[in-house]
Amino acid sequence: MNNPPVEKPTLFANIINSLRGFFLVKNAGWQVAGSSRRRWVDYAFMAAFVILLLVAASMSDVFFTQRNISNILRQIVTNGLISLGMLVVILTGGIDLSVGPVVAFADIVVSGMIQNENLPLPVAVLIALAVGGLAGAFNGFMISRFKLQPFIVTLATLGAIRGLVYVYSETPITPQDPSFRTIFGSPLLGPFTLSVLIMLVAFWLGSLFLNRTTAGRAILAIGGNEEAVRLAGINVRQHILLAYIISGLCAATAGVLLASRLGIAQPSVGAGFELDAIAACVIGGAVLGGGGGSVIGTFGGVIILGLIDNLLNLFNVQAYYQQIFKGLIILFAVLARRKEK
Amino acid sequence: MEDTDFLVMRGIRKSFDSTQALKGVDFRARLGEVHAIVGENGAGKSTLMKILAGALPRDSGEILIDGEPVLINSPDSAHRLGIRAVYQEFSLVPHLSIAENILMGQIPTGRVKWWVDWKRVNESAEEKLAEIGFTGLDVRSQVSRLSVSYQQMVEIAKAAVTKPRIWILDEPSAVLSQEELNRLFDLIQKLKQESTLILYISHRLDEVFEVADRITVLKDGELMGTVRPEEADENQLIKMMVGRTLGEFYPSRQRQPGEDILVVENISHKGTFEDISFALARGEILGVFGLVGSGRSQVAKCIFGADLITSGQIRLGENILRLKSPHDAVQAGIALLTEDRKRDGLVMSCSICDNGSLATMDLVSRWSILDIRHRDARVQGKVQELNIHPPQINRLVQQLSGGNQQKVVLAKWLLAEAKVLILDEPTRGVDIATKVEIYHIISDLAERGVGILLISSELPEILGMSDRVLVMRQGHLVGEFPRAQASEESLLACAAGVIQ
Repeated sequence: MNNPPVEKPTLFANIINSLRGFFLVKNAGWQVAGSSRRRWVDYAFMAAFVILLLVAASMSDVFFTQRNISNILRQIVTNGLISLGMLVVILTGGIDLSVGPVVAFADIVVSGMIQNENLPLPVAVLIALAVGGLAGAFNGFMISRFKLQPFIVTLATLGAIRGLVYVYSETPITPQDPSFRTIFGSPLLGPFTLSVLIMLVAFWLGSLFLNRTTAGRAILAIGGNEEAVRLAGINVRQHILLAYIISGLCAATAGVLLASRLGIAQPSVGAGFELDAIAACVIGGAVLGGGGGSVIGTFGGVIILGLIDNLLNLFNVQAYYQQIFKGLIILFAVLARRKEK
Repeated sequence: MEDTDFLVMRGIRKSFDSTQALKGVDFRARLGEVHAIVGENGAGKSTLMKILAGALPRDSGEILIDGEPVLINSPDSAHRLGIRAVYQEFSLVPHLSIAENILMGQIPTGRVKWWVDWKRVNESAEEKLAEIGFTGLDVRSQVSRLSVSYQQMVEIAKAAVTKPRIWILDEPSAVLSQEELNRLFDLIQKLKQESTLILYISHRLDEVFEVADRITVLKDGELMGTVRPEEADENQLIKMMVGRTLGEFYPSRQRQPGEDILVVENISHKGTFEDISFALARGEILGVFGLVGSGRSQVAKCIFGADLITSGQIRLGENILRLKSPHDAVQAGIALLTEDRKRDGLVMSCSICDNGSLATMDLVSRWSILDIRHRDARVQGKVQELNIHPPQINRLVQQLSGGNQQKVVLAKWLLAEAKVLILDEPTRGVDIATKVEIYHIISDLAERGVGILLISSELPEILGMSDRVLVMRQGHLVGEFPRAQASEESLLACAAGVIQ
């Protein structure tokens, strides 16, 4: 067997390679799985995006103001981060229904740590993230160790974690520390706030993770055929656990940034967030049950959902109609991507 | 004579991808006979029966029942003609009761059409079972709680209670105990007297001679002839099933096996195999032959750590292996190519590159960050070496042909540079040209000192490739043949339990 000699690359060379590949190699970074070529639906969704923008531009004079753009960006941060974690879980063939309460938990814990415990901001944030990571680890442990269905496990923790949130605080917490709001929320570059930059970096890291690390490739393959991955000598349990931890961390990050944006932590926040995240993944081409999905697609899904919310708001459409409209978009997305057979 | 034949299948042809499973078979059978169909694996027996039962469409040919051409294009249309089949795979709904399974589709209701009358369901199921002589079953028990052999009996009963005119039994005895087998034979005699045509497929020749009125032999998709049991003995039958010459198909061998690399001592896995011992040398191709259900794939899975042995010991070189997962086996230098690549060999939604590097990602990464270019180069190298088409590593494997998919699985394990390579049916569902290529790859590996365990149900493959052959039957190692003494007849007789 004349394999090229196995030579371990240095970490530095590796990172440089990864970065270069990310920017230069075509398709790298964005194409994850499911399709090696772009299909017409991918163009259709780009077209939908452009059409949304054109409609907005022609009908609303507020849309292209910096203030509105900035608003949209800040608003999609929450769903963006949750969707990214959700994508990783969906790629393993699972689902994480518990993200909403995890957002609320991180949201209220970070506020509580700042307001009630007087902890410095970085420590408070770390504690909130740890809480989210633990919640994810619990989900992942139950699912991978006992081979339970992800839907059921996260349905159970969806209720249980919400309960924990109320145990922690029944009433809203308002952190008085003004720097908590300004550090994430004040503009850094044009309409980009630190929170928006954090989301963009998270997507970039997510893409690197899925394309450039052994764990990322393993996670992707597990969703396609778990048994084949196990028989290739890969520890499947460990990777499923990792996927849910990532989802928990992403949701917790979203919770921290949400607390900062709203300035008040409500224990009831985050109801239905899991549905928006699943919707963003599906619109972006992810296959529930595993076997396909991409970071760029999910990002597109997040933006499309955010734009729809924003436009319908600008045109003063009632929230109920917004929900109907979103539902139709999701149905259209799955119909368009349905495999002909 | 022709006019008396109840069932006539004329010029039946069927291809899967590039392989011809049936090459124009003319088959005839009469009412009130038990007609056995025998042949090696891949001879086309099951395919022919599935076409008759409407489970597979045929490419060409016609089917006549009672002299009339009939249209069979679905299991449902076959049912309406009174054709019922019992396959090796179960068709029962596990979490429903025996009664519901037996009456599936015709559950008795009360006066209100959609209200199930449970009392009548159970009574009528019991009645129907009694008619075919199956008593003493609690029809209310859930099918999944029954043992596999009982499930098979329910499966058989489910078809029998419909009083079929043509009753197809595809390897019904594989999971039955002797007592249940006798019950089945009683039932066959009963239905035969009610002038049913019974088509009986089996690997077990002793069974065939016991039950059949006539025996038809298929080989490589062609009908070799029909004989009466009193006209022929088992050896003649085996000759008809085999009768083929081995050509230049297989690479010539000049290698000398080296010292033992894999030593298996008295390993058992509860319920599937018992007390298996053998040794595999460096550079040796050790064939393992056995019929379906002989436990050969389970042995492979246990040596690979995908299943855990319940007793015994596996040694690789000097080291005793304690395998808890495939991960341990891969680390130790053992690779397993599984028998069903779609089920557990490939991730169909991923690329050639992902699949090819799946077992060796550790070699092309540091701190779990992949060196993409290194990985791609290694996979690209194997793609060229194995002549995988198209040679584009970003192609998804689901877009490749069966032969090329199999080569991707091979590439995955070649890249792992295993010391012991277990190949479970490495050429299943692969076209002839690719088969020959795979044989040469296997042979090359052996020349380089890899120990190869070749599991196959294709006798020519076993004989053409192996230095030594082990034979398994019903979970036991029942024979070992040096190449010089192995022949298709001797192996098949040994595997089927016929004493020569």
